Amino acid sequence: MLSRTDPKLTVSNIARTPGGARVDLVLVADMVAHGAKVLDVGCGDGELLRLLSETRGVDGRGIELSREGVNEGVAKGLAVIQGDADTDLADYPDDAFDYVILSQTLQATRNPRVVLEHMLRIGRRAIVSFPNFGHWTVRLQLLFFGHMPQTDMLPYHWYDTPNIHHCTIKDFRQLCTDIGVKMEKAVALNAWGTPLRLNAPWWFWNLFGEQAVFLLSRKT
Amino acid sequence: MVSVQPLRNETVRAEDRAQEADRPTSEVAFFGADKPLKLDAGGTLSPFQIAYKTYGTLNGERSNAVLICHALTGDQHVANVHPVTKKPGWWETLVGPGRPVDTERYFVICANVIGGCMGTTGPASTNPATGHPWGLDFPVITIRDMVRAQAMLLDHLGIDTLFAVVGGSMGGMQVLQWAESFPDRVFCALPIACATRHSAQNIAFHEVGRQAIMADPEWRGGRYHLEGTNPRRGLAVARMGAHITYLSDAALHRKFGRRFQDRENPTFSFDADFEVESYLRHQGSSFVERFDANSYLYLTRAMDYFDLAADHNGVLANAFKGTPTRFCVISFTSDWLFPTSESRAIVHALNAASARVSFAEIVTDKGHDAFLLDEPEMFGIVRGFLEGAGKARGLSPRKI
Repeated sequence: MLSRTDPKLTVSNIARTPGGARVDLVLVADMVAHGAKVLDVGCGDGELLRLLSETRGVDGRGIELSREGVNEGVAKGLAVIQGDADTDLADYPDDAFDYVILSQTLQATRNPRVVLEHMLRIGRRAIVSFPNFGHWTVRLQLLFFGHMPQTDMLPYHWYDTPNIHHCTIKDFRQLCTDIGVKMEKAVALNAWGTPLRLNAPWWFWNLFGEQAVFLLSRKT
Repeated sequence: MVSVQPLRNETVRAEDRAQEADRPTSEVAFFGADKPLKLDAGGTLSPFQIAYKTYGTLNGERSNAVLICHALTGDQHVANVHPVTKKPGWWETLVGPGRPVDTERYFVICANVIGGCMGTTGPASTNPATGHPWGLDFPVITIRDMVRAQAMLLDHLGIDTLFAVVGGSMGGMQVLQWAESFPDRVFCALPIACATRHSAQNIAFHEVGRQAIMADPEWRGGRYHLEGTNPRRGLAVARMGAHITYLSDAALHRKFGRRFQDRENPTFSFDADFEVESYLRHQGSSFVERFDANSYLYLTRAMDYFDLAADHNGVLANAFKGTPTRFCVISFTSDWLFPTSESRAIVHALNAASARVSFAEIVTDKGHDAFLLDEPEMFGIVRGFLEGAGKARGLSPRKI
């Protein structure tokens, strides 16, 4: 049985072991160095921050838009503030963090490009995870049924979704190239939460990856 | 003219209060000529005394001390029956055995501020040079003077570092001042429903209150103690006006609406026809039983002068540069005296200073007063934040 306090958590043993923390969160945590200073943008109820502090001993901070999420996080003893990724990142000084994380939030920001640029200004590295809109189930729903896709990762209707800026893995790579960001590491997970083969071609990831996690740094 | 009906036992209570100013029903620390209090206005206050209460036990490492800072009309009786009003402590919902600020775990200290009237030296205290109450001869004091005096109290108690400083409103200002003046003595800070500066609107409200007191002929230029009078009406009007700012339109409507007080129809007079009028008059008249008018002038003035950024060339972030303190900032949605925007400004500055900060806004229609009331969400946040900080501080977990 997987314990969240296990210091040797790895992607592969998580994928094999049911009942642990969310696979994508463990994937993110895997990319963070021990004892790092971390800002989690859109931290929800603080689940990832808690995982990071328990398994990686990080000094973690969080920003969350929803009041319920913030209050839950603060009550857990986490350093969480109520705020908006689109407006509040500008207040942070350069190089304030080792990692700035955007977990499943990129597609809900008003200006993903500006958010990403701020992340790599505030932090030396950025970790971004997002649902891949290029996944085959998404493509099929639009192609054959002609309606906006709904999947486990994208459970909303078109009219009530907070996700206003969907992208595919291919789109995201293009954005990284456009703003001169270095991709240090990338992982794509299939619909069962299993990482796709690392040597698979990008088009394969873009078709069969349901979500992706990128570790980015500044190109210097 | 507002009628201020004397409450029962009024004279007894007035004597009680006068007594409290010099010989309070609590512990007192005396600071003689060798330990003067340096004042922002220039000069010093000496000798002086600080009246304070403590709850719980200081641990062997002296690492579990929590300082509670009281608001404008509060005092040191945070978690015990008030000696004058006989009412429960003003923050018993938050501070006490098993409460979020758990007196079975923390050693809690609460001191009456400099300029107050419950035993710490203020305008109602006896001036040793004359043998009469200080009155307006008392020097104008600031929030920083209050904090400097509290730091002297901690030295006196042999406490080097506070685990936490907690306070709302004027108490929150003191919390921020503590973090700015003594960052190494504050492990974590909880400024609640406050701001780093008093806004023009708030200064304006205070000025109305002060003018009401000074317009009362019984005020006698502040010499009412000597002349045997008491500016009851002026102080009551000041309190009534201020009390409105502590509530909200929604809360007033919910509590009183347009209901009449003990009558079916309007009397077409200036009686307190409406429940809300009757409530405010009661607030005013009960306040004057326990508070000194000159003290009200001095403490409102101290809040007016508060502006943390001004001491750092207008850049608030510089006030907290490199701070090791952990912060938990809390605001309330319906608080229009210290609105959330003020708390957000604190958070922005702390972020810019790379400080470790939590910030929560709590939904309530109870206005500024919410911080003193039953707000379970605030209790959960304070408890969780202190427990998290306690872990980092190495405090032993709560005894069960």
